[in-house]
Amino acid sequence: MSAPEKQETLQERREFLKAGAVVAGAGLASGVLVFGAAHSRPPEQAASAERRWGMLIDTNQCGDGCNDCVNACNTENGLDGKTGPQDSQWIRKLNIKDLRNGRVHELPMLCQHCEHAPCVDVCPTGASMKRADGIVLVDRHICIGCRYCMMACPYKARSFVHEPLTEQNPEVPRGKGCVESCTFCVQRVDRDEQPACVEACNAKGHQAMLFGDLLDPESALSKALKSQASTEVRADLGLNTGVRYQGI
Amino acid sequence: MAKLADWLRLVVLAGVAAVLAVPSFQAAAGVGLPKLERGKGEKCVEDTQFMRRNHMELLKHQRDDTMRKGIRTTKHSLKGCVECHAGSQSGSVAAGKDDFCMACHVYTGTRLDCWDCHATKPGRKPARVADPGQAAASPQMPSPKNGGGQ
Amino acid sequence: MANETCLNQAACRTPQFLMLLVLGGLVMLGTLFAFFTLEHHGHVLTGMNNQIVWGLPHVFAVFLIVAASGVLNVASIGSVFGKKLYKARAPLSGMLALAMMAGGLAVLVLDLGRPDRLIVAMTHYNFKSIFAWNMIFYNGFFAIVGLYLITLMDRKLKGFSTPVGFVAFLWRLALTTATGSIFGFLVARAGYNSALMAPMFVIMSFAYGLAVFLLVQTAMYWWNGLNLDERVQARMEKLLAVFVAASLYFTVVFHITNLYFAKQWEFERFILLDGGIYTVLFWVGQILVGGIIPLVLLFSSAARKSMALVALAALLVIIGGHAQMYVTIVGGQAFPLDMFPGYAESSAFYDGVVAQYSPSIWEFMLGMGGIGIAFLATTIAVRTFKFMPQDDFPALESGKD
Repeated sequence: MSAPEKQETLQERREFLKAGAVVAGAGLASGVLVFGAAHSRPPEQAASAERRWGMLIDTNQCGDGCNDCVNACNTENGLDGKTGPQDSQWIRKLNIKDLRNGRVHELPMLCQHCEHAPCVDVCPTGASMKRADGIVLVDRHICIGCRYCMMACPYKARSFVHEPLTEQNPEVPRGKGCVESCTFCVQRVDRDEQPACVEACNAKGHQAMLFGDLLDPESALSKALKSQASTEVRADLGLNTGVRYQGI
Repeated sequence: MAKLADWLRLVVLAGVAAVLAVPSFQAAAGVGLPKLERGKGEKCVEDTQFMRRNHMELLKHQRDDTMRKGIRTTKHSLKGCVECHAGSQSGSVAAGKDDFCMACHVYTGTRLDCWDCHATKPGRKPARVADPGQAAASPQMPSPKNGGGQ
Repeated sequence: MANETCLNQAACRTPQFLMLLVLGGLVMLGTLFAFFTLEHHGHVLTGMNNQIVWGLPHVFAVFLIVAASGVLNVASIGSVFGKKLYKARAPLSGMLALAMMAGGLAVLVLDLGRPDRLIVAMTHYNFKSIFAWNMIFYNGFFAIVGLYLITLMDRKLKGFSTPVGFVAFLWRLALTTATGSIFGFLVARAGYNSALMAPMFVIMSFAYGLAVFLLVQTAMYWWNGLNLDERVQARMEKLLAVFVAASLYFTVVFHITNLYFAKQWEFERFILLDGGIYTVLFWVGQILVGGIIPLVLLFSSAARKSMALVALAALLVIIGGHAQMYVTIVGGQAFPLDMFPGYAESSAFYDGVVAQYSPSIWEFMLGMGGIGIAFLATTIAVRTFKFMPQDDFPALESGKD
C-alpha cells in the first residue's frame, strides 16, 4: 500500500468514525506497515534504503570440496562454468591456510556488497552502482569496459566479459565488453527468493550461507550476527561489507 | 575572397546534405517495407503507431527504473517484448534480419546494442554446467536447436 | 609559396616526409586492424584477463599521457619562468604535448570494452571517481594547450601567452597528479595505494617529457643539417639529468617507505628480488637503462660535444620509462591480492598466485597506435608550421635568459 493511499484511507476513516476512531486507524496503518515489510516489495515500488541485503557465511559449515554454490550461481546467471584466466566467476571457493598453525578453511568468495564500495567510487561513468537496498550492481547500459573497478576491488570479485555471448538468461543480461559480478541474484531477491548459492547450500544441508536484511533486527541474519562473532574480509579498509564470515 | 568563402560554404553544405541523405536512398529506391510477424496476443501494450515512434523511450525509461531502482513492472519490459515478438521460425527477435527487431532496424539502418547483453529468445536456458544430458532434456528451450528455424 | 609551407625544413624534403607519413600510416593501419579485430572478437584475443586487467596498451597510453604533460614543461619554463632559451622552444613543446596526449588517449579509448560508448564516458560523470576527473583534465588539456599554442604562434596574441601559459602549467600539474592518483587511490592493492604515486608521476613526467622533447629536437636539427648550439644543449642536458635523478630519488623513497611497513614486505620482495620479469624490468629497465646509464652519459664530458649522445640518453630515459610503466601497471596487478593476511590462499580464480600475463600481438599493435598518432601529428605539424626553435643568441650570450 503506497503512502498516499494510506493517507486516503486514514482520511475516510476519520470522517466516518470521527475522533474516537483516529487512534484505531493509526494503529491499523502501522500494523499494515509491519506486515508489508515482512513481504516482498510490489513490482512498481523502488528498492528502499530501509533494507540492506547481507549475508553471513559460516566457514565451519562450508563443505570440503563442495562446489554447489558455484554451480548454482553459474546455472542461475548463465555462466559457462569455465575457469580459465579470461572466464567470468561470480562466486568461487577459496581455500585458505593459516601460515602460523596450518589450520585450513574453505569459504565461498563473492562480491561483498560493501557499503562504501571501492568499485562504485572509482567508476568514471557511474555504471558501477549501489542500489538503495545495498546490492552493488553494474549498469551495463553505461559501462564502458574500462576495468578500473576491477583494479579497485579488494576481493577480486569482478570479471570482464572477454567474448561475445549469446543465449543469456532473459533475467540476467550480460555481454561482451562489460564488467560483471555477483548481484546477490537480484532478480530472485526482488521476488522474495534467496540467492541461488544460498538455496543450493541449504539444499545440500550445509546451511553455511545465511541471507537476509541487515537492517531488520528480527531477521535471522541480524540475530545470528548479534549472537555470534563474525568478521569482514579486509576489515582494515573500513568498507562495511554486506557479506560477513564466521569461523575464521 | 569573400566570394570564394561563400562558394566553399555552399559546397560544404551540399556535401553534408548528400551524406545525410544517403541512408534514405534505400527507401527512396523503393525497397519493400519491412514485413513484421504479428506478435502473440490481442494487441501490443501501447498503440502500434505510438510504439513505432516511442518504443526506445519506453525501453530506456524502463531500463533505468529496473536496473537502478529495482522497479520491476512488466508492461514496458524488454523481456515482455521478446516474449510476444520472438519469431515463429527462429524463436528470436533478433537472430536473423527478418526477425521482429531486425526487420525495421536493418531497413532504417539503425544499430541497436540491446542484444549484446539481453537474451533474444524467451525462456530460461537450461543448466549447461554439470550434466549435458540433463541440459538437453530441458522442456524450457524455446526451439529444439540453438538458433534453429530450419 | 613552397618556401612558406616548408619553412625551416631545408630543401623541402618532400619525398622523405612522405616516407615518414607512410611509416606512421602503416603503424596506424595495424592499429586500426587490431582495433576492429578486437572489437569483433572481444578481448579474448589479448593476453589481458581477469587478473591483469590493464596490460600493454595501458603501458603505452599512460606513458604517452604522462610524457605529454611533461613535454609541456619546456614551454612552461619559457612562459612561466621567463627563460628565453625555453621560450624559443615553447611552440614545439605545446605541439608535442597535444600530439602525445591525443595518441595516449586514443589507445585508452580503443582498448575499452565498449569503445562505441565513448559518448557515455563524455556525458556521464561520477565525480567521486579520479578517473572521471582525469577525463575532464584530458579534455581541458586540449583546450588550454591549444589556446596556449595559438597565443604562442600568433603575433597579435603573443601578449596572452604568459597568463595562458601559467594556466596550462597549473593544469598539467593537476593532470599528472590525477593520473598518478589513478594508481595511488587503489587502496586494496599492495603495489599502489600510496600518496607518493602522484608526485612521483609528476617528477617522472618531467623526465619523460623532456627526453621526448630532446629526441624530437635532435631529429629536427639533424634532418636540417643544423647543429644545436652547445650552450643550449648544455642547459637542456643538465635539466634532463636533474629530472632523471629526481625520478630515481622518488623511486628510492617509494620503495623505502614500502619497506618500512611490514605489510608491504612481500610486495617489495616481489618487485626487488624474486618477481621474475618485473624484477628484471625494474632493475635493468627502470633503474639502469632509464636512470643510471643516462645520468652517466649526460654528465660525461663527451656529451658536451655530441648531440647524438644526448639523444641516446633521452632515448634510454624513454625506454626506461616504458619499463617503469610496465612494472607499475602490470607488476602491481600481477602481485596477488592479500585478502587474508597471514593465510595462504588458493582457488580456481588464481587467488594467491602471481598472475600470468603474456601480451599478444593484437594489444601490442593497439598500443603502438598511440606512438603512431603522436608521430604522424608531429611529422605533419613540423612540416607545415613554424616549430623549429628560433634561438636569440645575443640574449643568450648576455646571460639575459
